[in-house]
Amino acid sequence: MKLTPGAVITEPGSTTRYQTNGWRTFRPAVDSGKCTGCGLCWLYCPDAVISRGKPPGVDYRYCKGCGICANECPAKAITMVPEERG
Amino acid sequence: MKQALTGNEAAAIAAKLARVKVISAYPITPQTAVVERLAEFVANGELDAEFIKVESEHSALSACIGAAATGTRTFTATSSQGLMLMSEMLFVASGLRLPIVMANANRSLSAPLSIWCDQQDSMAVRDSGWVQLYCENNQEVLDSVLQAYRVAEELLLPVMVCFDGFILSHTAEPVDIPGQAEVDEFLPPYKLPNPLDPCRPVTMGPVGVPECYEEFRCMLQEATRASKEKLIEVGRAFWKHFRRRYGLIERYRSNDADVLLLTMGSLGSSAKDIVDSYRKRGEKVGLVRVRSFRPFPVKELIDALGSAKAVSVLEKDVSPGSAGALFLDTAAAFINVKRAPLMLDFICGLGGRDVSSLHIREAVRAATRAAEIGEVRKAVRWLGLREKLVGLRI
Amino acid sequence: MREELVEEELFAPGHRACAGCGATLAVRLALKALGKNVIVANATGCVEVISTPYPETAWRVPWIHAAFENAAAVASGVEAALKSLGRRGVKVVAIAGDGGTADIGLQALSGAVERGHDFIYICYDNEAYMNTGIQRSSATPFGAWTTTTPVGRVKRGKDRPKKDVPAIIAAHGAPYVATASVAYPIDLIKKLRKAAATEGPTYIHIHCPCPPGWRFDSDKMIEVARLAVLSGAWILYEIKNGRLNVTIKPPKRRPVSDYLKMQGRFKHLTDAEIAEIQRTVDERCRHLGVG
Repeated sequence: MKLTPGAVITEPGSTTRYQTNGWRTFRPAVDSGKCTGCGLCWLYCPDAVISRGKPPGVDYRYCKGCGICANECPAKAITMVPEERG
Repeated sequence: MKQALTGNEAAAIAAKLARVKVISAYPITPQTAVVERLAEFVANGELDAEFIKVESEHSALSACIGAAATGTRTFTATSSQGLMLMSEMLFVASGLRLPIVMANANRSLSAPLSIWCDQQDSMAVRDSGWVQLYCENNQEVLDSVLQAYRVAEELLLPVMVCFDGFILSHTAEPVDIPGQAEVDEFLPPYKLPNPLDPCRPVTMGPVGVPECYEEFRCMLQEATRASKEKLIEVGRAFWKHFRRRYGLIERYRSNDADVLLLTMGSLGSSAKDIVDSYRKRGEKVGLVRVRSFRPFPVKELIDALGSAKAVSVLEKDVSPGSAGALFLDTAAAFINVKRAPLMLDFICGLGGRDVSSLHIREAVRAATRAAEIGEVRKAVRWLGLREKLVGLRI
Repeated sequence: MREELVEEELFAPGHRACAGCGATLAVRLALKALGKNVIVANATGCVEVISTPYPETAWRVPWIHAAFENAAAVASGVEAALKSLGRRGVKVVAIAGDGGTADIGLQALSGAVERGHDFIYICYDNEAYMNTGIQRSSATPFGAWTTTTPVGRVKRGKDRPKKDVPAIIAAHGAPYVATASVAYPIDLIKKLRKAAATEGPTYIHIHCPCPPGWRFDSDKMIEVARLAVLSGAWILYEIKNGRLNVTIKPPKRRPVSDYLKMQGRFKHLTDAEIAEIQRTVDERCRHLGVG
């Protein structure tokens, strides 16, 4: 990697090279039967790891396991399950 | 076209000739007229630029940073306390490698409050990564601002053009104002390589982690070193266009001199008169004036001073607990050189104290004496000091 | 409204914010509202630090960080440069935390708003200096524990009320000023779009709970933010050309203790102290016409 003068970064969104999944102790599990597809989990995710849809997809490469989606789901379709030892 | 201009007017006209697009400045004595003239140019439609009348010098430079990062030619001007308030952003501007040009009308620092001239303000920020040019007269102020943009934009380095407050800023001298067409030829429009632009998003000013911070500092140091060659090259181009010659240093009757004066800024012209009077009597006295303090012209000074017996540095700044900055850097230039002249440092002209011909002669005499006895008994001295008021023997 | 939001994320994952960070959600939603045609000037603070560890950046829009106290001044320069270049349709957005806004950056903000630059200033308010580890700012609410307003025998948390920055900016005559909350994303997005459609300086102050700083579990971030609004501790309004309009009126206000008791930073408060806070909240709600 050659440094750019002034530390300018010319690759937008490059934090995606760094996966934050290792921070997680619980992971969200979606019950597709209960999901109504309201999209609240998508709106409320600070890490933009939930895609819109019914059921929503979770990008486990970046999910930090904060649990907001599970707490906010009006249909109780998301539960936080302990991360397996890896 | 020749016109009688103050240093402030020369700086403002130079910025206009450079076709700056964004000006961001805050008034401060003795720089105020720069801001006033530019405001008039914009108000009259003589200059097509945005003038941000900011609420502080900190914001003045911050706005310049934003404007320069968006890819426009920017200009600011300040003095003294204003430069100190900017100091945080000086380092940011150079770290971001933004080609901002600033005119600094040199003024002393508080406390006690003083609006008068010395060079402690710009000397205090000599490590900020800005190229620093010190002007002897108002023609040089105008010419240096134009050259500054070339250097700044070709190397992505900010440049500070310094001129003595009141002595130059408020004194009118005949100045040759180049025509706009000639300036346009010398200074073409520029393009920042990676400007802020939604079409091609870049991130500027990220967190420099320990794995790369030192390398960025080294890159800044290398660019500043390279600015020596660039200043010479731009000086040559300037000669071709305008028939006025500029280098990193100016040598005046110094080639065969046994005793040399070394100074910066408007003191250069006073010292030239003294040199002439010694030369008339057949004494080998000369002058070297440092124009580029950053980058520091080590090789040029070794060449210019190396064959003299003694050098007296005259400078309007002091680093309390040490000596004057010009003296320190000059002494350091000779650290690995076998034959070095004896060196004396004369702190003078602080807070607007007049540096008279008597004072300059005193510095010549001291160097002559040192050359005779082959040693320097007291390296750092004050010129024109009213010792009784201090209550100490200095 | 939810349907028309862009799918594209302009604030990329992989950023280093703590799990459940309210401030990063505010940024993500703001960019969703504003789209790609922006240039961001970001003050030093949590958002800046977590989003740009060189050589990586979470930003998919042009972004500059220069220092802590000058986001509004840097934005002024960007805006003036765009004007001088004749570039239209690009909105300049300054983003700063409560410290960078209410404290160290207030002068630059005031200057930029007074000068009338065409820009949006977003304050993400997590109510303390979180980047340096939870020190009080002038936006920290009354009674809150922080590391510089510790709870001891003599002093019990912050002994001064929260500075009302939106009112200060409204007093400048800014054409659009609004408060928002990450718990009400549609309200937040609407306000940002109104700001974007307004010419001149606009100001959006977003309440952003901070799980580690306010001492609650990360999954409760939105719940805490919502309770602030439902209790009247944080009021959602907009001031358009000087006229204040409450945008979210809780049908029946919840007691402020419901909000306070979720957070460790208020756990030392006595019933009398909570009653005192309730009185202040009631008074402010009456003043602004919230039930």
